[in-house]
Amino acid sequence: MGIERWTLLVTGVALLLALPVFTVFFTALQPASDVWRHLVDTVLADYVLNSVTLMLGVGVGTLLIGVPTAWLTGVCEFPGRRWFEWALLLPMAIPAYIMAYTYTGLLDFAGPVQTLLRETFDWSRQDYRFPAIRSLPGATLMLALVLYPYVYLLARAAFLEQSAAVLEVSRSLGVGPWRRFLTITLPLARPALIAGMSLVQMEALADYGTVQYFGVSTFTTGIFRVWFGMNDATAAMQLAALLLLFVFTLLVCERLSRRQTRFHHTDQRTQRPPRLRLSGRWSWLATATCLIPLLCGFVIPAGQLLVWAWRTAPQMIDHRFLELAGHSLWLASGSALLILSLALLLGYGQRLRPRPLVRLAVRSAGLGYAVPGTVLAIGVMLPFAAIDRSVDSWTREWFGLSTGLLLSGTLFALLFAYSARFLPVALHSVEAGLTRIRPSMDDAARSLGSRPRAVLWRVHIPMLRSSLLTALLLVFVDVLKELPATLILRPFNFNTLAVRTYELASDERLADSASFALAIVLAGIGPVILLSRAISRVRPDHAPLS
Amino acid sequence: MSNRLQSRTLPSVCCVLLASLLAPPALADGEVNIYSARKEDLIKPLLDDFSQQTGITVNLVTGKETELLQRLQSEGINTPADLLLTSDAGRLTAARQAQVLQTIQSEALEKHIPAAYRDPDGYWYGLSVRARPILYAKDRIKPTALSTYEDLAAPRWKGKLCVRSSDSIYNQSLVAGMIAHHGEANTETWAKGLVANFARSPKGGDRDQIKAIAAGECDLTLANTYYLGGMLTSSDQAEQQAATQVAVFWPDAKTTGVHVNVSGAGVTAHAKNRDNAVKLLEFLASDQAQRWYADVNNEYPVNPAIPPSATLKAWGAFKADTLNVAKLGELNAEAIKLMDRAGWK
Repeated sequence: MGIERWTLLVTGVALLLALPVFTVFFTALQPASDVWRHLVDTVLADYVLNSVTLMLGVGVGTLLIGVPTAWLTGVCEFPGRRWFEWALLLPMAIPAYIMAYTYTGLLDFAGPVQTLLRETFDWSRQDYRFPAIRSLPGATLMLALVLYPYVYLLARAAFLEQSAAVLEVSRSLGVGPWRRFLTITLPLARPALIAGMSLVQMEALADYGTVQYFGVSTFTTGIFRVWFGMNDATAAMQLAALLLLFVFTLLVCERLSRRQTRFHHTDQRTQRPPRLRLSGRWSWLATATCLIPLLCGFVIPAGQLLVWAWRTAPQMIDHRFLELAGHSLWLASGSALLILSLALLLGYGQRLRPRPLVRLAVRSAGLGYAVPGTVLAIGVMLPFAAIDRSVDSWTREWFGLSTGLLLSGTLFALLFAYSARFLPVALHSVEAGLTRIRPSMDDAARSLGSRPRAVLWRVHIPMLRSSLLTALLLVFVDVLKELPATLILRPFNFNTLAVRTYELASDERLADSASFALAIVLAGIGPVILLSRAISRVRPDHAPLS
Repeated sequence: MSNRLQSRTLPSVCCVLLASLLAPPALADGEVNIYSARKEDLIKPLLDDFSQQTGITVNLVTGKETELLQRLQSEGINTPADLLLTSDAGRLTAARQAQVLQTIQSEALEKHIPAAYRDPDGYWYGLSVRARPILYAKDRIKPTALSTYEDLAAPRWKGKLCVRSSDSIYNQSLVAGMIAHHGEANTETWAKGLVANFARSPKGGDRDQIKAIAAGECDLTLANTYYLGGMLTSSDQAEQQAATQVAVFWPDAKTTGVHVNVSGAGVTAHAKNRDNAVKLLEFLASDQAQRWYADVNNEYPVNPAIPPSATLKAWGAFKADTLNVAKLGELNAEAIKLMDRAGWK
């Protein structure tokens, strides 16, 4: 009996969370309009090409930044290593579109950098070529800079986990450090790297703010153009469904490739190898490798925000500021807890009952991450409104009462949307943690008479502490930055820091929006530092940060 | 033991939380609920004045037009919204077509708002006028060289023009207006000529185009005047500096007139506080509120009797297009397709 209860519960919760995605598909099933003919004739090829280029570029970019930095801070010893360990996560706290605004302010033709160049060398427009930041490569760079921490986090955890034994064997066979990195360390970490990259690529596909501001037409901007401009919601949902199918195919491929290369370290308690001490030129190279993404991904944009905020904060910050910050923090922490519990439930349920049905349901609940936030919000709004309507007409008929709107326009709808969107972020982390706990643990606990729930509570959760904390803080930072779903689903008189930032920025008052953007960044920094301390603390070999 | 305790307390805590999350917005008397596509800063001060004068509480959600419209549509008869405020006429037309608005007949509204700026049947009313003239570099372009929007497609302006992306509703409306006046084929030829004159691939907002002129990247652009006004009063020295280097040219003075759009509002079909919504609408069309639009955001009052602000006066008077702004909404999808065909990114 208990067995079937778990299957039902997990499948039910997963399908509920997949409701927005199903709504998109369902809406897309309506007959196609003539907008399609027009799209195919004119811009569709451009959309697809740009989106795929962006996705691949951001994937490669995050690997190029995330993997070397993760390896250096995880396995080597060089000046500033301890400090870089957490500082490299900081770009995560900056919303991608804010990053885009700051870099445009700095690097555009009218910005200080180019103006300085022109003044110094007495150039005019025709005399020099400066790469345009507002372009497809520019957008790729912006997204890679804010998203590489996902790859860094997962890659670092994977490197730290690799047991000394494997490396010892290779060393005794005379393999040098670089070859060891390429032929052993990297292939062993492959599942983690692919998981990180697929999260990043989903985020890149769903991005709207950055590409729209840079004038790059992607699939996502196309969805909004069709929907907002041509007022054709059906065609917009069809485009979104196409995007989803594409992502689903990629995810299936990813799963298949992972299945072929599944490694379990046989023993968790092996000695970690001593850190590789870099000296001389190599140590400076390592420091530089870590410093560059930190500078470009955090120091420069945050510095620009600070300069703007310094000037505008006196006029912009008033009594509403605390209320906005309160709303943001409340929503972020509430939904982080909620999403973590859901991820734990689904992850553990999947472990208990690894059936195709359960797996499929959990996978489809994880698709929300690849949907542009606004589309997902519509996917929440439509079914909720339908529920409200039927409850209302039912109570009218039977009791002569109107219940009005029960779900639509409430914070519940908002939390639900966050859950549907950010579940995969938490689920990745929880699943990765769970696979590290050997099934024999479960069996031992069960044979001692514990029920599944008690096993979860008393065995898994304590062992998963660092994975859970990672999931919690990732979701916290993500919700803090979230804009589109908040904008469309929030109740009356309820604003957040992200909404306020957007309102000013979309009115082209970038300098005025800086105080609020900076507040988002500051609120995100605390969790990021906590996160890295927590990760460090669970490594037994690790020197305390103090 | 502790587990059993948790298994009972957890659900009840969840229920309490859920109940607090689900509390629907109250629909008491003395309220009016607004879905607004105008940004909070550009409407809240007026709403506060209204509350103070009438004692009616105003509840506000801001957002993007199409999303608010979608929300209104899906909520159906239970919608809490009484008034839909948008920043362009096209969306109001779309709202009317989606049957989420109702007609309002009000003498005060009809008196203050000219016929071109409101729906012929009273589904919605324009509240402020936004003009989109040509802006030019003072030091490089003689205003006598400029004449009409059509002229911007002439080969002599090759490489001189910075224009925002065709994703911008302002450009979509402008092209819709051109289609209404000149027909689709002529407009498409014009759009192709315009694209050929671009100094750079379209990017950024209206302010970015003005900055690009100031920096010498191009000489001409199309921009809504309130962005120029906003830059002139900006806290950013560089923005102020840039804004002083461009001037306004009012095109089409001898022909169809300058392209204008309105921000406006309509009472929702299922408004629970209809009378309050009408009161608010009338307040927004009143002299006091009309002056505020001009003074604070450099928009033009819809009410011709209200004198424009000093900043607006400095840019000179102009002849506005008399095309009913409802037409812009009807032709919006056509305009986008046309811009796609013309290669206007």
